[in-house]
Amino acid sequence: MTMLKTSKVSIVFGGLKAVSNFEIDIEAGDLVGLIGPNGAGKTTVFNLLTGVYKPTTGQIEFDGKSIVGLKPYQITQQGIARTFQNIRLFADLTVLDNVKIAYHFHVKYSVLEAVSRLGRYHSEEAEIEEKAMRLLEVFQLADRRDEVAKNLPYGEQRRLEIARALATEPKLLLLDEPAAGMNPQETHQLMEMIRWIRSEFNLTILLIEHDMSLVMGVCEKILVLDYGSVIARGTPLEIRNNPKVIEAYLGEEAAGC
Amino acid sequence: MRERTKKDLIFLFISVVLYAIFEGLMLTGFIPPYMERSIVTICINIILAASLNLINGITGQFSIGHAGFMAVGAYVGAIMTVKFSLPFIVAILAGACASALLGVLIGLPTLRLSGDYLAIATLGLGEIIRIVILNISYVGGASGFMGIPKDTTFTWAFFVMIFTLLFIRNFVDSSHGRACIAIRENEIAAEAMGVNTTRYKVLAFAIGAAFAGVAGALFAHYNYMAHPGSFNFLKSFDILTMVVFGGLGSMTGAVTGAVVLTLLTFLLADIPELRMVIYSLLLIILMLYRPQGLFGSRELSLKMFTRLLGGGRRDNA
Repeated sequence: MTMLKTSKVSIVFGGLKAVSNFEIDIEAGDLVGLIGPNGAGKTTVFNLLTGVYKPTTGQIEFDGKSIVGLKPYQITQQGIARTFQNIRLFADLTVLDNVKIAYHFHVKYSVLEAVSRLGRYHSEEAEIEEKAMRLLEVFQLADRRDEVAKNLPYGEQRRLEIARALATEPKLLLLDEPAAGMNPQETHQLMEMIRWIRSEFNLTILLIEHDMSLVMGVCEKILVLDYGSVIARGTPLEIRNNPKVIEAYLGEEAAGC
Repeated sequence: MRERTKKDLIFLFISVVLYAIFEGLMLTGFIPPYMERSIVTICINIILAASLNLINGITGQFSIGHAGFMAVGAYVGAIMTVKFSLPFIVAILAGACASALLGVLIGLPTLRLSGDYLAIATLGLGEIIRIVILNISYVGGASGFMGIPKDTTFTWAFFVMIFTLLFIRNFVDSSHGRACIAIRENEIAAEAMGVNTTRYKVLAFAIGAAFAGVAGALFAHYNYMAHPGSFNFLKSFDILTMVVFGGLGSMTGAVTGAVVLTLLTFLLADIPELRMVIYSLLLIILMLYRPQGLFGSRELSLKMFTRLLGGGRRDNA
């Protein structure tokens, strides 16, 4: 079953074509990597998929429905969650509140029920707290629940961001450089975790990464982006031996050797 | 969950006790009648500060036109009692609804702005409201709206204040309130977490405006008249000062700010030459030594006391 399908998606900023004719086809359950040199347009692709930017041309279909023109929050409600390259936690809130906020759009009680504390308020609040705690336990953050997010060590902040994204209960998870700033050991743990959350939460994952060991180790399909265009796609092995990719990363001469 | 209900009940109990004490002191004459004025003013200012805190402190949308919404509540409320001879409660509700409606109408376009741009837009807006009222002869124009019945009593002001505080606190302590806080913390992330940011900004703005309207109605029905001059931008700044003094984002801070600064104004009334000097010095000192306000964005709680008593040690969970 196709989860995400884009056709000829392009976006132009002034005279710069940041992404041109981007095509991707992600099946449910896939774990796809999006790589490319700095400035290739990877994050722009994420911003297009999540509604931060509207494509100049092209079509994006998620779960069989077009999501072009939807606001970011509507796309999240459709089932696409993301993390950010530069961590964007709710820095001054506790770890628990960070996750609770992500459950917000699943909440059914009204403002009146909240203010009067009648109706579904108590039961739903209890449910949110329980779900959030379960998620924190999975990410080994349960004992940090009352810590302010900005005080967490870097690796835990990254984990919290993923936990928060999962709290929206997505079908497709977009990870923007999840291993940025991690040491090799942490990266290795992250790899294990990404595989595990995919099966545990029944997810489809698209990730951007610079760390080749992570991408090659965890992704089944890889897309290589350079100057806004897809220059190669295939399995890790195919990508590794693709002369175009080597050229994009290492320059022409190196590819020639 | 029982914890929350317990807290609500404790809060209500304390309020009733406080009310009984003040009412008792007033009836027996321990609090002279002229002091009653300051107590009622404190109650009204608490409503104003708490409602502005919801917009500025909780949702992080810097609005400085609160006096404008207060004016709408005051005038609409007064029209209800004076022109239509309706009961006081109707006046309060009408004031709240009119202000909320205006809040939504104005919030939709202006809340696209952020930071200083929003501040300037709301400042202008407050002035526009005042000047429009100034030119409507139906409500007395520049000479003010006369003959408003003095319906606001200590009892009214106090319990409306309690209602306001409970309403706003319960709102903040819910998923809807968390959505507002998320917008303050990081709007992009809030949106990415599925929060309809426009909706919650406008909602917070409308609730804040509604309670400003309530305060306005109470204010007009305490002073026999409503005058456009009472609702100029200086009034807006007064309310903002209370919120910043107590700590943006802290409900207890807003209450403390309103109480301290209102009392201070009354105490300094005897020395008019030095009044503004002392007032401003105090604010400068606070901003130098505690720029986040008295409480920061924290709430006053028992936990805070135990922490203070524990020598200020931070307990790591």
